[in-house]
Amino acid sequence: MLSQSTQLEVKNLTTCFRTSKGNVMAVDEISFSLKKGETLCIVGESGCGKSVSALSIMGLLPPSGYVKSGSAIFQNNDLLLMTTKELEKLRGNRISMIFQDPGSSLNPVMRVGDQVSEIFQIHLNISKQEGQKKALEMLKQVEIPDPESRMLAFPHELSGGMAQRIMIAIALACNPDILIADEPTTALDVTIQSQILNLMSEMQLKTQTAIILITHDLGVVAEMADNVLVMYCGQVVEYGDVKTVFNSPIHPYTKALMKSIPIIGKKTRRLDAIPGRVPSLDMLPSGCRFERRCAEKNDNIVSNCQNKIPPIFNVDSVHGSRCWLEKGNE
Amino acid sequence: MTTYIIKRLLISIPVLFGILLVTFVLARLIPGDPCKAILGEKATVEVCEKFEKRFGLDKPIHTQFFLYSKRVVVADFGNSIRFSRPVSQILVERFPVTIELALGGLVVAIFAGVFLGIISALKHNTSVDVGTMVLANVGISMPVFWLGLMLAYLFGLLLKDTIFWLPPSGRLTAGLSSIPFFEVWGWEVLKGTTKSKFLEFFANHYIFNALITGNWEIFKDALRHMILPVIALSTIPMAIIARITRSSLLEVLGRDYIRTAKAKGVKSKNVVSKHALRNAMLPVVTILGLQMGGLLSGAVLTETVFGLSGVGRMLVEAIYARDYPIIQAFTVMIAVAYMFINLLVDISYGFLDPRVRLE
Ligand SMILES: Nc1ncnc2c1ncn2[C@@H]1O[C@H](COP(=O)(O)OP(=O)(O)OP(=O)(O)O)[C@@H](O)[C@H]1O
Ligand SMILES: [Mg+2]
Repeated sequence: MLSQSTQLEVKNLTTCFRTSKGNVMAVDEISFSLKKGETLCIVGESGCGKSVSALSIMGLLPPSGYVKSGSAIFQNNDLLLMTTKELEKLRGNRISMIFQDPGSSLNPVMRVGDQVSEIFQIHLNISKQEGQKKALEMLKQVEIPDPESRMLAFPHELSGGMAQRIMIAIALACNPDILIADEPTTALDVTIQSQILNLMSEMQLKTQTAIILITHDLGVVAEMADNVLVMYCGQVVEYGDVKTVFNSPIHPYTKALMKSIPIIGKKTRRLDAIPGRVPSLDMLPSGCRFERRCAEKNDNIVSNCQNKIPPIFNVDSVHGSRCWLEKGNE
Repeated sequence: MTTYIIKRLLISIPVLFGILLVTFVLARLIPGDPCKAILGEKATVEVCEKFEKRFGLDKPIHTQFFLYSKRVVVADFGNSIRFSRPVSQILVERFPVTIELALGGLVVAIFAGVFLGIISALKHNTSVDVGTMVLANVGISMPVFWLGLMLAYLFGLLLKDTIFWLPPSGRLTAGLSSIPFFEVWGWEVLKGTTKSKFLEFFANHYIFNALITGNWEIFKDALRHMILPVIALSTIPMAIIARITRSSLLEVLGRDYIRTAKAKGVKSKNVVSKHALRNAMLPVVTILGLQMGGLLSGAVLTETVFGLSGVGRMLVEAIYARDYPIIQAFTVMIAVAYMFINLLVDISYGFLDPRVRLE
């Protein structure tokens, strides 16, 4: 039974791709839950499966991808079992998504106003004129300067920041229960980044939307997150509330990530990058996927690390880590 | 926009002048002279001198060109050497045939090509897709005259006396004739005037003429006569358009903004029709402009196979007869048509894609 305020409960989501080298597992049994008005940040290196997880939930995987198992319960229904028709009713309406590159995410041959009003026409079943009115309202809410004339603009006439504001306007148009933001600020410069993040927080306060924010910027996590999910090679390696994870990270990967944040005032010659490389999906080790790059493996447990994938050990009800080192402490 | 069109039209003037010069020179470089070609090998020197004097061919070539250009500026293309009739009159008779044929071919090629391309892209990697693309490749590699002959043989001969029979040559069944709309409507037009030529030009589009005068018998008959030539002419461009549409649509369907549209909850069929198609049409329009040349040369072959007396056949015959005025006028008019179509293509490009600025 889902608790009253839980919006989304993802359990053991596994997503694979058919490739020329056979099937690869891009997302491996990830689980998390999301409550009303909360922000969950998913962090991890490039290629660890953050986007694929989000797209699996939205039912927007490319043709070569498929969900192998798991569930994503939204309002007592499993999103992963829904037909396209059922999903179309939810997408943009109850669950919205914004993407990394605002420049290419808007249709280049459609006027901005039409792209915003379209979502009202689809989900509120209203006329184009009414849709346009609401779209203008929306542009004002996301603080687009000179909204009347921007309604008639084409996407190439907008800056990246403005295009992302439009994307936010579209995503939040129908007051969704869940907003999935996949690296919404990566393509923008720093000042615009914080403006966009602030805008998202403000809108969230108004609408109580739950946000899944995907990023590899730990600064963004610190600023925005209530809870954090750290992913590595398709798996969740650590989860917990933001304070705990930042103050007392358990997994060696999380610790390494934390160390890679530059600290103002402290003179470091270079960022503390994590040595080694992410293993490729078609040649995953049989044990812990981080083992080869791990700084903390020791002789007592190394055979475990090399041979068996660690399960997630829960430190307490809200904090857990996928590391053999935790076995004793459990 | 208007300034752009005016600019393009202004630029086309020197281009046309260049074409005029080149065709003028090239026509005269064809070995053999018009006198012998028309009056026969046995024509005596005196006869030929008279002949050349009559058509101004005795003057130095640059004087000829100067005099010719001066007349062309006021739309006077002179008289045909072979027919001793004004070239403009012949243009008025011949051009509409080719225009009907080429327009028919173009429309069929665009609609059928785009339709097949969409089907193929949406059924990507299924037997429908493979089948359509195999057909398209066969279509591309089929020579127009061979296809034309096969069609004429199949529908004109083998299927004779069945309901599938189609006329394999001519524009109208013998005995029928198209009555120009201005005569039907009782307009008083003086023969030989510019106005009459202008009206005749439109009236000689039989299908159009029958349509506006409501003559359904002629309309049906003219249309039936066009079916085989249009199929023959449109096959290659249709196959090319189908292939371009398919690959372009497939590419567009993988773009970020298509994912955005889906994330908005746009229904699958609207994702294609409202978001993907217009973007996918851009390369198709580009190809269309390039295909026009092929369409015109295809028209020459098609006219020959199906016994249509259009521009292409006239031009070929004129070259044999060294009928300089006709060669020049027809070539220039084809160039004008080509430039006009390309202007249309560029303008429609500007309408389709807001990123393209027509300035
Ligand atoms: N269409 C596809 N076909 C095959 N493999 C894919 C496909 N899309 C993604 N993958 C694989 O899935 C894995 C996860 O990709 P994903 O896009 O989720 O990474 P990410 O965490 O979002 O990275 P980034 O931070 O760069 O966006 C990658 O290893 C990638 O190679
Ligand atoms: Mg990603």
